Amino acid sequence: MKTERKIKVIITKVGLDGHDRGAKVIAMLLKEAGMEVVYLGMYQMPEFIIQAAIDEDADVIGVSYLSGEHLTFTEKIVEEMKKKGLEDVLFIAGGVIPPEDIPILKEMGVDEVFVAGTLTQPIVEYIKDHARK
Amino acid sequence: MKKLSSNELAQRVLRCDRYAGARLISLLEDGNEDARHTLKLLYPHTGKSMIVGITGSTGTGKSTLIDHLIHRFRKSGKKVGVVLVDPSSPFSGGAFLGDRLRIQRHTCDDGVFIRSMASRGHLGGLVRTTAETIRIMEAMGAEAILLETVGTGQDEVEVIQAVQTCILVISPNMGDEIQALKAGLMEIGHIYVINKSDLEGSTQALREIEAVLSMKDHTDDAWKPKVVSTVASEGKGIEELVSAINEHHAYMNQSERIEGIRFQRAEYELGLVFKNELERLVLQELKRKGKKKKFIREICDGQTDPYTVVDEVLKNFLKKETPE
Repeated sequence: MKTERKIKVIITKVGLDGHDRGAKVIAMLLKEAGMEVVYLGMYQMPEFIIQAAIDEDADVIGVSYLSGEHLTFTEKIVEEMKKKGLEDVLFIAGGVIPPEDIPILKEMGVDEVFVAGTLTQPIVEYIKDHARK
Repeated sequence: MKKLSSNELAQRVLRCDRYAGARLISLLEDGNEDARHTLKLLYPHTGKSMIVGITGSTGTGKSTLIDHLIHRFRKSGKKVGVVLVDPSSPFSGGAFLGDRLRIQRHTCDDGVFIRSMASRGHLGGLVRTTAETIRIMEAMGAEAILLETVGTGQDEVEVIQAVQTCILVISPNMGDEIQALKAGLMEIGHIYVINKSDLEGSTQALREIEAVLSMKDHTDDAWKPKVVSTVASEGKGIEELVSAINEHHAYMNQSERIEGIRFQRAEYELGLVFKNELERLVLQELKRKGKKKKFIREICDGQTDPYTVVDEVLKNFLKKETPE
């Protein structure tokens, strides 16, 4: 039996944001980079995402925001992650996020933000370097 | 979660700690050696759950049906475990696991534990980790366990040996599906579900399946496969499906039969563990001595063949390992 540690990533949308193209593209890219991606799709709530991350033993949670709800939901997700003891899980956000909000998201506890237009390689490298070993 | 000893991990799993169960499954997927010891501790606490496998081609509605089944089992007070298997990419080794998308009603229900798994590439790996994940869910107290696989490959058909009741899902708009069923898949199902039965062609599909099933040689005592029509997206036919599952469960639980199933499952698991452990030990030994690459090169150069190499290596290996 081959022993190999795979990085497991949850990719999801949150709230009423119905734009899932970006999330799907990222999910496929990470799959092609050799990661196992659990795709949760749209209309998720923070508690759902965190419960899925616990059961799946995910190393990374990636949330795609395209309708301006990033500040509200990030706060809730981070709060839920702390409550459920997922401090060692990497939290990345992506999508349409104004530059001035990036430091705020990081202050809240997002590990990294990848805005629309980011090349794929930096995302893959970031996850490989920073996901728990 | 911090690193735990095998004993601590087993204790936590038995206390239905989801973090511990989830971590143990990952360790097994990754081929971790300590995880095997944890399984030894859990094994005596397993073997009592109802295990239902759901297979069928992609897009037939397996996940949506599972969502309904979870709901029904929860209503009857059962704790539920769900294993969702999707294929790994043979090129990148990664996987897109999308089954959870349709199974969300119960994500935050304490009585439901859902786990997605990638088939990964390794030989027998899928079947082994799947069988082990079912054992872990049993140890966590799940009374009903649902296993979803993509029913297209040999591996997935093999997985069925780990379950008691096998449901094969088809949809009427797949003409080839019926052909495939005729060609052999027809033996594995205890229950056949024609999902999306509101679509054109469902009556014909129903007749064809019933015709194929009627050709099977049935002794009086044998289970006669049920055929159920459903529209999972609207929740239609679920009641009938649940009755069929319960009926098959009751049939299987008649004393001599349940013994037979236990025997078959244990035999199957023993075979799997042997196969994997032998392969791992032998290849590890070869690698340690740096011989694996040498053998592969010799095979490529036409100096030898895989059969000769395996014969030779096993002869030496078994000589050394056998105590006599």
